[in-house]
Amino acid sequence: MSEVTMRVNGKSVSGQVENRTLLSTFLRDSLGLTGTHIGCDTSQCGACVIHVDGAAVKACTMLAVEAEGADVATIEGQANADGSLNVIQQAFQDHHGLQCGFCTPGMVMSAAALLKDNPRPSEAVIRKYLEGNLCRCTGYHNIVKAILAASGQSVDAIAAE
Amino acid sequence: MPKDSGIGVSQKRREDVRFLTGAGNYTDDINVRGQTHVHFLRSEVAHGRIDGIDTSAAAAMAGVVRVFTGADFEGVGGLPCGWQVTDRDNNPMQEPPHPILAQAKVRHVGDPIAAVVAETYEQARDAAEAIKVDITELPAIVNMQSALAEGSDKVHDDLTSNLCFDWCLGETDDAKVQAAFDEAAHVTTLELVNQRLVANPMEPRVAVGDYNRASDEHTLYTTSQNPHVIRLLMCAFVLGLPEHKVRVVAPDVGGGFGTKIFHYAEEAFCTFAAKECNRPVKWTASRTESFLSDAQGRDHVTKIELALDSSNNFTAIRTNTLANLGAYLSTFSSSVPTWLHGTLMAGNYKTPVIQVNVKAVFTNTVPVDAYRGAGRPEATFQLERAIDTAARELGLDPITLRRQNFITEFPYATPVALEYDTGNYHGTMDRLEAVADIGGFAARRAASEASGKLRGLGINCYIEACGIAPSNIVGMLGARAGLYDAATVRVNATGSISVLVGAHSHGQGHETVFPQVVADMIGIDESQVEIVHGDSAKIPFGMGTYGSRSLAVCGSAMVRATEKIINKAKKIAAHLLEASEADIELKDGVFSVAGTDKSVAWGDVTLTAYVPHNFPLEDLEPGLEETSFYDPANFTFPAGAYACEVEVDPETGQVSIERFCAADDFGNIVNPMIVDGQVHGGIGQGIGQALLENCAYDQDGQLVSGSFMDYAMPRADDVPFYAVDHSSQTPCTHNPLGVKGCGEAGAIGSPPAVVNAVIDGLHSANHGVKHIDMPVTPARVWEAMQG
Repeated sequence: MSEVTMRVNGKSVSGQVENRTLLSTFLRDSLGLTGTHIGCDTSQCGACVIHVDGAAVKACTMLAVEAEGADVATIEGQANADGSLNVIQQAFQDHHGLQCGFCTPGMVMSAAALLKDNPRPSEAVIRKYLEGNLCRCTGYHNIVKAILAASGQSVDAIAAE
Repeated sequence: MPKDSGIGVSQKRREDVRFLTGAGNYTDDINVRGQTHVHFLRSEVAHGRIDGIDTSAAAAMAGVVRVFTGADFEGVGGLPCGWQVTDRDNNPMQEPPHPILAQAKVRHVGDPIAAVVAETYEQARDAAEAIKVDITELPAIVNMQSALAEGSDKVHDDLTSNLCFDWCLGETDDAKVQAAFDEAAHVTTLELVNQRLVANPMEPRVAVGDYNRASDEHTLYTTSQNPHVIRLLMCAFVLGLPEHKVRVVAPDVGGGFGTKIFHYAEEAFCTFAAKECNRPVKWTASRTESFLSDAQGRDHVTKIELALDSSNNFTAIRTNTLANLGAYLSTFSSSVPTWLHGTLMAGNYKTPVIQVNVKAVFTNTVPVDAYRGAGRPEATFQLERAIDTAARELGLDPITLRRQNFITEFPYATPVALEYDTGNYHGTMDRLEAVADIGGFAARRAASEASGKLRGLGINCYIEACGIAPSNIVGMLGARAGLYDAATVRVNATGSISVLVGAHSHGQGHETVFPQVVADMIGIDESQVEIVHGDSAKIPFGMGTYGSRSLAVCGSAMVRATEKIINKAKKIAAHLLEASEADIELKDGVFSVAGTDKSVAWGDVTLTAYVPHNFPLEDLEPGLEETSFYDPANFTFPAGAYACEVEVDPETGQVSIERFCAADDFGNIVNPMIVDGQVHGGIGQGIGQALLENCAYDQDGQLVSGSFMDYAMPRADDVPFYAVDHSSQTPCTHNPLGVKGCGEAGAIGSPPAVVNAVIDGLHSANHGVKHIDMPVTPARVWEAMQG
């Protein structure tokens, strides 16, 4: 067992973990941050995407001990300070970008990382970027639309497609 | 002024807020105090005899609470099948036992052999590796034709063969069918495969069993589309528990698509083991386990023949299908290739003679059951591929040929046991031609050709039967369950409403849509209405959500219960207003006496119901709560027309979807945004089937596509934006909302459209390809182009 300390959503946290414990498991089981979801065991689905030191990371691809001292952001810390949905979250609701909600935290975290680097991505860029995030409900239509809208681009033409 | 609430409004989903902030409550998020973890040791061979299991080393390992094997389950029942199919000679299907843990034999890779319950998941998994299982491997039965061959090894030694049943629907007189083909001016014959798929909801299955020794009560938290069905099956057929001592909770569920309908061994195990160990027992599937244990879908091999007369009218259809059931009969497996498939073989067309023949086969593969569409995609695919092939063979326009044969008068009794209540197939085709700009295709093809690509247009029509019903008829057909649903409308004293529903929402947005209906009927704000679902301890006995039934069946129960509420509330209002009940009108949440200015508000009436000081107690009971069980008079029959345009790269065989348009008739619509989303998702899965997905076993029965590394799920850049139209509406004639199911349409309507488009594209370059089996991969396209 090892002691691990990191900042998660702005708060310093620490815990005892086995060396083999994944960061995703630490977040869910030790910290109770169950918004980070586990949808596969091959790092394909992207339901566990979080930000580590500002970069999008699949939390199942890191050991908890590797995140020692890191600054971690999860879906639980994304809403505005007053609790309202942030721009991306709001766009997902406005454009029905989620159905069962299971892939949603990873989608929102990936979208946030994309828009940070590329504030006005094209449809093609968004689709390519989401290569590591699987959704089985939406056919991706409204997810891509929501991300376009969150970046301030008009989506009126899509509805009339 | 446009409406801003109630029926017909694209209300944003209230459930989204918790999902978007990580506050959802999925089964794996539930941890019960003192819980243990179970890991299942699963068979690594497809077929084998268990000669011995030594659990002693595992049992002695750190943290191990107990190790279970099949011997621990000899006293309990097996997993039941919920539909008894009778064969063409009226004999019941062969129905082998389906044990919780393997007894004597293993029958597919992933078949659970033993289970280790330990303090931590890691300890359980480590200990499972220390179990010694002595297995004699037997020849794996994978291919259906071989399974049916004389002298084949058997999946189940006690059965007479690997044939579960040989079933026929429609015209059973072979001579009459043959005569229709003999008289035909043209016969199109097509042999095709509807490949096996894995449903793959993004949330893997989870079960948590909890037992309270003080009250002798069990609680099972599970990823289910229908908690009451699970409770009934598990209590009555597997564990022999009284239902009132068992609570089944399906909280937020991360997608189902059919595969979370069924009662699984892990649910019964966790319930059983929690009492045996006197500790809560939790199981969370890895994705690998999902591939090896979730019931899979489709897997039909079909020969279809379509006869046309000299005027190009369809005169007969004959199909012969082999349907793979896998190693065991999953809960509704037997109904899928039969009553959910054969009955749809008329499609949207008036074909006088139809014969559907299905042989269902046991193999050493994961069980097969309903996956989004369940039988209807298989029917639609073969019929619509055959029609497209006929059009090509006869040099006819595929839209014209379809239109010529459309059913136009309703109700219409098909030769395959259904009565379509209503529809307008020309109407949806008209919408499709407009939305898809069929007229502009030639120019788009020219543009593609200019850039070196082949462009194809694929048309498809579908009809489906949703909201399976009525109970007495399906009972005659072999269903071992009722197919009604239930809703309780509980009005609180202050006027807010809890609606307790049997339907289960796992992405469909019931929490938003159902209140739209109730609030609209009463004229109160939607925020005053909330639904409760997914907990057998709270809701009335309902059948859950599958087969696009929630609004058509459970929604109808909710409407009926709300009507009862309104009737009673009017009596109370009449008393308060000292008027005749017949004169009371309800509008915008206010009861008034017709032609007067006398009125009383909804909240005053509800308060009076619970504080009955001024109340007609001699005529009316206090309180305001009503339940309705609604058994539908018929299925609902959504239908539509789809168009897909693809570009094929002639160098590589790569197919890309350039345009996809869907025109559906869902009758009346409560929330257009959610209906669009359902269609989008179905199309996404249908494109996945058409181009990408394939659940493949090798000759030894090893699942070679057992992870997301090997099984090609559609990703965002595999699909385009879809154009969805549902403005052609023929309301269902027999349910109170006039609604039809919309959940499966996209998955049913899209695969043939994609394949028809690819074939069309290849023909544009004179590649005389008749058919390419799904998934239409670049390799298959390239191979087909080589002739």
